[in-house]
Formats: sequence, structure tokens, C-alpha cells
Amino acid sequence: MKVRVLYFASVREKIGKDAEEIELPAGIATVSALRSHLRDRGGVYENSFAEKILVRAAINQDMVPPAAAIKAGDEVAFFPPVTGG
Amino acid sequence: MRISVQQEDFDLGAEVKAISGNPKIGAVASFVGLVRDVAMTLEHYPGMTERAITKIVDEAKSRWQVMDCTVIHRHGALQPNDQIVLVAVASGHRGDAFAACEFIMDYLKTQAPFWKKEQTAEGARWVEAKAADDKAAERWK
Repeated sequence: MKVRVLYFASVREKIGKDAEEIELPAGIATVSALRSHLRDRGGVYENSFAEKILVRAAINQDMVPPAAAIKAGDEVAFFPPVTGG
Repeated sequence: MRISVQQEDFDLGAEVKAISGNPKIGAVASFVGLVRDVAMTLEHYPGMTERAITKIVDEAKSRWQVMDCTVIHRHGALQPNDQIVLVAVASGHRGDAFAACEFIMDYLKTQAPFWKKEQTAEGARWVEAKAADDKAAERWK
């Protein structure tokens, strides 16, 4: 299935782009699985998604926990903990 | 209820007046956050930001009497002492207005997708989230 992945703030800067379409291999069905899948690309993705780095996620513009399910066509965003206000 | 994510500055007096028209309103509590010390750039997630703030305000309305409410959060380049955020809540009495205003601010800090990048003497750096902000939001659970 295909999803649209967005990156913000330090994640966006490290990866060097703010969005991409990704065709997910079978078995990648949660936010944490997608995060691992991206990390395994290596390079800037490894730097952005290594276990020790705090990354939050949203699906279709709602903040979600790592176990949240992803479906085809979803907008999945990755970003650092928020610092507004 | 008005929620705005904008680059432009805002006028506290005008915003308070705008939500004070109903004669049943006896209290307006407002909070203005300012940029402290250093210039910064604020990034946000257009669409999700407005959605997240709407959810926070809806939650506040379910807990307290909120007769009207305005939340303005700026983004883009800001200088020290610039206004950055406004939360104003109108209610019948001060207790609900104070509580709802503080609740909205605490949740905004941990739930609304904004990121600050400070321009320091050593160069630009992303501000890290504070554990104290998570604690402040936790106490409303």
C-alpha cells in the first residue's frame, strides 16, 4: 500500500525533504513498523529514526502512539516533540 | 470561538473586546506568551495545528463553562519580546475562565504541532521539549 509521509522540524532538516510517497512492503502496518522501515534505509534516515531519538507521529493530522495502524492513502507525519506556546 | 494560526501580530485589547459582547459574560481570562531572550522561527503543521487546537478547546468546553474563546498562535520569524500566543476565554465567572485558559495553554504546549528554532550566538538550534510541560498537561488528567 502507498502512504504519504511528511517530516517536520529537525526530522525534515535531517532527511532533507518535507514529504514523500512511500510504497510499503507487506507487513508494515503500524507507525512503529514504518519508523523501523525508514530507519533501515540507512544514512539520513538512520540518523533521524534511530531508537534513541524521540520522534512523535500523527496519522491524518491526529497525534497517535507507535502502535497505531496505518492504512493505504494515509498521511503519516513524523516530528520531534512539540515546542509551541 | 476563533482559532487562528498566523504570521501577523495581534491586539490583546481588541481580541478581549471581541469575545466580551454577551451580557451573561462576567469574566474574561487571557494569557499572552512572549518570545523570551532570543529571536526564533516557528514552524508548524498546517491543518493539523488548527485541528489540534480545536480539539483542545472542545475538551476545555466539556469541562468548564466557556461562553466564547479565542486562540491565536503566530508562526514564522519572531523577535525577543514579540507576542507569540494568545488564549482568551470568556465565561460567566472567573473560576471557569481561569481554569479553561490555563488548561488550553498547558495542552497547547504538548499537543499542538509547533516547533521553535532559536537563533543563538552559536547558530540556530531546535528547542527541546521540556519535561515540565508534559507534567503541566498531566495534572489535568
